[in-house]
Order: sequence, then C-alpha cells, then structure tokens
Amino acid sequence: MPNSETVFTIVTFVYGLAFILYVAAWIFKKSLPGKTATGVLIAAAAGNAAGFVLRWTESHQMGYGYVPLSNLYESLVFFALCMAVIYLVVEYRYKVRTIGVFASIVPFLAMAYASLPSVDSQIQPLIPALQSNWLIAHVITCFLGYAAFAIACGISIMYLIKSASASPDTGTVGHFPDVETMDELTHQMIAFGFLFLSVGIITGAIWADQAWGRYWGWDPKETWSLITWLIYATLLHARFMRGWEGRRIAYLSCLGFVAVLFTYFGVNLLPGLHSYQ
Amino acid sequence: MNNQKHASTAPAGFMDRTWDFFASVRLSVVLLLSLAVTSIIGTVIPQNADPSVYARKFGPDLYSVLDALSIFNMYQSWWFRLLLCLLVINLVVCSVRRLKATWKVIFPKKTHFNPDRFKKVAGRIEWQVPDTPAGDLKDTIEQYMQKRYSHVQTRQEDNSWWIFGERGRWTRLGVYGVHLSVVLLVIGGLIGSLFGFEGMMNVPEGESRRTITLRNSDETRQLDFSVRCDDFTVSHYPSGRPKEYRSDIALVEDEKVVETHRLRVNDPLRYKGINIFQSSYGQNAAEAFTVVFTDTESGMRFEKKAAIGKTVAVPAGKGELTVEDFSGNFAFRGHNVGPAFLASLNPSSGKQRPVLLPVNYPKFDRMRGGEYAISIEDVAYTYYTGLQVTRDPGVPLVYISFALMILACYVTFFMFQQKIGIEVQDSDTGVRVAVGGISERRRPGIKTAVRRLAAKLQKQTNQRTAG
Repeated sequence: MPNSETVFTIVTFVYGLAFILYVAAWIFKKSLPGKTATGVLIAAAAGNAAGFVLRWTESHQMGYGYVPLSNLYESLVFFALCMAVIYLVVEYRYKVRTIGVFASIVPFLAMAYASLPSVDSQIQPLIPALQSNWLIAHVITCFLGYAAFAIACGISIMYLIKSASASPDTGTVGHFPDVETMDELTHQMIAFGFLFLSVGIITGAIWADQAWGRYWGWDPKETWSLITWLIYATLLHARFMRGWEGRRIAYLSCLGFVAVLFTYFGVNLLPGLHSYQ
Repeated sequence: MNNQKHASTAPAGFMDRTWDFFASVRLSVVLLLSLAVTSIIGTVIPQNADPSVYARKFGPDLYSVLDALSIFNMYQSWWFRLLLCLLVINLVVCSVRRLKATWKVIFPKKTHFNPDRFKKVAGRIEWQVPDTPAGDLKDTIEQYMQKRYSHVQTRQEDNSWWIFGERGRWTRLGVYGVHLSVVLLVIGGLIGSLFGFEGMMNVPEGESRRTITLRNSDETRQLDFSVRCDDFTVSHYPSGRPKEYRSDIALVEDEKVVETHRLRVNDPLRYKGINIFQSSYGQNAAEAFTVVFTDTESGMRFEKKAAIGKTVAVPAGKGELTVEDFSGNFAFRGHNVGPAFLASLNPSSGKQRPVLLPVNYPKFDRMRGGEYAISIEDVAYTYYTGLQVTRDPGVPLVYISFALMILACYVTFFMFQQKIGIEVQDSDTGVRVAVGGISERRRPGIKTAVRRLAAKLQKQTNQRTAG
C-alpha cells in the first residue's frame, strides 16, 4: 500500500495533466480535450481526497490520530482539494470550462510547493493547543473561503483580459465565458468565500477563547484575516450599494486575493501564534 | 430678516448634512478600507513590546513621534477606536435610513403584481400543455403555488390567467442582521476592554496564589479566591514535543474549596465570570542544591549545600558566592541553555562579578578562567503551572453576535425575495404556460429558482394531462 506522500506526488502530476488538457480545450475549443480535462481533474480531486483520508489513517497507525490539517504541508494539500472541488461544482452548474485553467494550475502549484524539501511533510503529533475540534472547523471553513477567493481571482483576471481585449469575442479570449457570466460568477464566489471566511474567523475566535482565554488578540494572522474580510466587505458594499461592476470589482477581487495570500503565507514571516512550525 | 432666516435654517441644514454624511456608503467604503490599511501597521511593528526595544530600533526622535501616535499599541489607540466608532455610527445611520424603505417592502399595505414586468423578464420559461382546459391548469398551478409561496393571487387579464406568488420578503432583513451583529461585536469588545482583564499567574505545585500580573503591564490584581495547584503533570511525545500538560487545581474561597478542576489546554475552568486557562509551565529549583567548586588545576572537588539567597564560602578563603536567582529557561546570547542559576561571586581579591551557572552545562563556568570552576548539582525541581486568568463580561454578547453574523450572512448572500408570475394562456396548439421571476437587485439565483419551479410545474401539469 502506498503512503499518503506518494499518493500526493501522483496527484500533483494529475493536476498538471488536467491543466494541460484545460489549456488545450481552451485554445482549440474542442469538447473532447475539455471533457477529458474534467475527467482528469475529477480523478485528481478524488486522489487528493483519498490521500487525505490515507494520511488521517496513517496518523492513527502512528498513535497520534489527528485530522491532517495542522501544518503548512497538510494545509496546502487541503487547499488544493477545496479549490478543485469548488471549481468542479461551478463547472457543473455553469457549464464553463475555461476557468479550469486556473482551477487546475493553482492546485498543481500548491501541491508542488508542498512537495518542496523546505516544507516539512512528516506526520507530527499535535501540541496541546492544536488538540481541539474547533481547529478542524476553523481550518476547513477558512480554506473553503480561500479556495473560493482564489477561483474568484482567476475569473477576475480573465474578466480583465477579456474586457481589455480589442476583439473580446474572437480568438482564445473569445473562448472565455461572456463578461456578464464572469461578473456574476465572481460575485457568487466572493459571497461564498465571504461567508466561509466569516465562519472561519469566528470558529478561530472561539478556539482562541477556549485555548487562551481571549477571542481576539490582534495576532498578525488574525489581523490579516480581518484585513482580508474588510477588503471583501468593501467590495460587496461597492457592488451592492454603489453599483460597481466589471473592471473595478475585478481589481478589488484581485486585491482581496493578494490579502488572502499574505494571510496564508506572508504572515509566517511575521511573529505570532499562527506561524507554521 | 435675511439674517434671521439664515440662522433658523442653518442648524437644520447642518443636521441634515451630518446625517447625510453618516448615511453615505462612500463613507462606509472609506472607513472599511482605512481600517484595513491601518491594521497592517500593527502586524509589521510588534505591539506592546518594551519601550527600550522600540527606542533602539527607531532612534529617539522617530520613537517619540510614533509613540505619540500610539503606534506601539495601535489597536487600543484613540484613533483606531475612533475609526471603529465612526464605522458603527455609519452602520447604524445607514441601516436606520434604509430600514424605513425596506419595512414598507416587507409589510406593504397591499401586495401588487404587475403582469407586464413578468412578460419581459429574462430567464422566462415557457411550455405547451396539450389537451387540458386552461381553467383546470390554472387550478393545479394555483394549488401548487399556495403550498410553496405566500401572497398568492390569481387574476384574469385579456385572454390569460395570471397566478402570482411571492416569498422570502423577510430575507431583506438579512443585511440588517449582519450590521447588527457588527454593532453587537464592537459593543461586546468595548465591554470587555472596559470591565474585563487579562493576566497571568504562576502557581508552584502544592502552593496557592491569588495575585495575577496583568498583560502588557506591571500592574497586579487580587482575585476574590486563591488558586491552589495540587498536582502538575507534563507528558511528552518521543520526539520531545509536549503532548499534554495539566494541572489539578482547587479554588479556595474563605478557606473553603469551592471548585476543583483538572485544567488542560483547551479545557478551561470558569468560575464566577473568571476564566482560568492552562497556558504554560515551568520549573522552579527546590530549596536545596549543591554548589560544586572544582579546582581547575588539580581537579579537586569541593561540595557545599546551598539555597537561593544563601551565601557559601569559596574554598581556601578565596571569597564568597551568593546564589541569587534561578531561571527554568535561561537565554544566553540568544540560545536557550535550559535551567540556570544566577550567582554573584565576591572574590577575596578583585571585583564582585555575576556568574551564570547552567545546570546542564557543568563546565560552562570554566570559560570564566577562574581558579575554581563553579557548577551546580543535585537540583530537585518543582514545577509551577502558568495560568492565564481572564474576565470578559462582553463574551456572551460577542458569541451572540457571532451566531447572528453567520446566520445573517447566509440569509443575505444565499436567500432573496422572489416574485413569481405565471401566465396560462389558450393557444391553437394547446395551453401555453410561462413562468417568470423577479428578484431584488437582479440576483443571479432567480434564474435557477425559476428553472426549478418550472420543472416542478411541468411535472404537475403533465400528471394532470396523464390523469
């Protein structure tokens, strides 16, 4: 039986293959590579989920028994899974395949990053503060939010490219979904992400209250998640109340995702409770 | 006259303008972004460190400027709180102003549907039903709509039957729920910072303490009860990482034990509004240990029993050594050398000097190059448990706001008011049924809702045809 790390290595390449097929489907606008791409991405997500369960089992066999969501390696793997699954639901409901280019390259990069030697992939027992069910709820909801924001950012970039293009309805750019669909999808993804980010921050606050006796401590990661929340709150108000649409929303969506990335990775450069060991 | 008139309108104008200022969404956007941008400062500059650290880092001039702006404690600063306050006022004013209009939408005197609006609406779905009288179809659809929608109305216009229905009016309140939750959250936070406290106490095993040291200050505070640590245990994984640490503690009030608890990380004790958390632990050196003087030339050992605060004589009348302090984790030039004693050596000739005596590195003192190298042995440790003690009367309100925020966010983003208009019309080839839907703010979900309703109705009308 292969170990979870081997499974994740294979899954990385399957994501890479899905990316190549999505690019082919986008450029040639053929349905066969498109359908194959979807199939391959489903296979990658299934493998990703299987690896997750396998790692969970392995941790039990080692006698630690924890849900594998506790370090950078495990979070990257879970992030890839969230993103692939959310995208597949979007693809199924909206019949849009070009976004798959983003939704396969980002999981591929996340998994590739996880496989770097600098990212510790060992199953490590949990220190006491991490032994909490609130941690599981906190990480799952945060990463569903992050993944939705990542997809929103991908769509926003496509939107910016298409709306700046001199001939938006022809060539490869023409194969993008129409701008209205993209605008609507960005909004849907951000609404979804915002709800999950809120739940993520709240479950994190409850966990902090259980573990350290304060629900909020202005730790850099907490603060950056709030900054992210504020940016997306701004976006939602600008859209609903001031009627912003199109390019301006797309820019804000990209800015929001930069904040997400900083919350995720950048904060490790700053001191605090959340820095991954 | 003119002057007087001016004077009488000016205050009203000012009030209106103030009101308008606070009711603008532009202000909300500016405030949200200002909070986001200023929040970054505190993540880049570590907060509440020792003033000397900042003074060294920024230099005295920049330090005094930054200190005056409360940059080193920015989240509690007047200007950050002012931004929060403005946001809350803005939120309340905006909500109050819009709630009036929303209230009329939710509780209108009369529900009115305009067929023309449904004729042109995007995403309208039409189909034909053969061999069924329009009147019967109308009844079937009406019955179905009565079950699923409220305010159902049926009307005949020109040659068509129109069936209208509506649902989810109340979901328009969702956004007010989100705003209310933010207000409650800020109030809860304010209550916590005004009436709460957060501190630490170290309780050695077998002893009691009732004084806590407040966070980010040297202030202390007395609790109404004392905390006794009956037992402390720490277990490690084979790798050396801590697995669990726990304290059996008892709360003693008026010499009576009022509460006992096995305190673990993530499993606090709450008593009379005060929360006690397992936060850290450390080692204390026991009363007695042995100071060893080793002659650096002959290697001969001289052992002396000692204790903290006690002075022992250096062999051959070469002076005295006073053991002053102990630290469980001493940092020597940035490296943790573990448990260490701090002592003061007063030689018979020469100047008094401090010496560091790490227990795990008995040869450490040889670096000093003295006649005798000093080390410490036979240390019996006792543990002390590090407890975080907090009181935050704002927490219940904060938790209520959390629940409200999640619920209201869901309602705001994923539910919406929908109005449905169904046209049933006789035509040459049978009866034509068309379903159209209108939502507030052109919500994308309305098309899906119409699609689903149409599918359900098609099933119903087909059954009707089959029967």
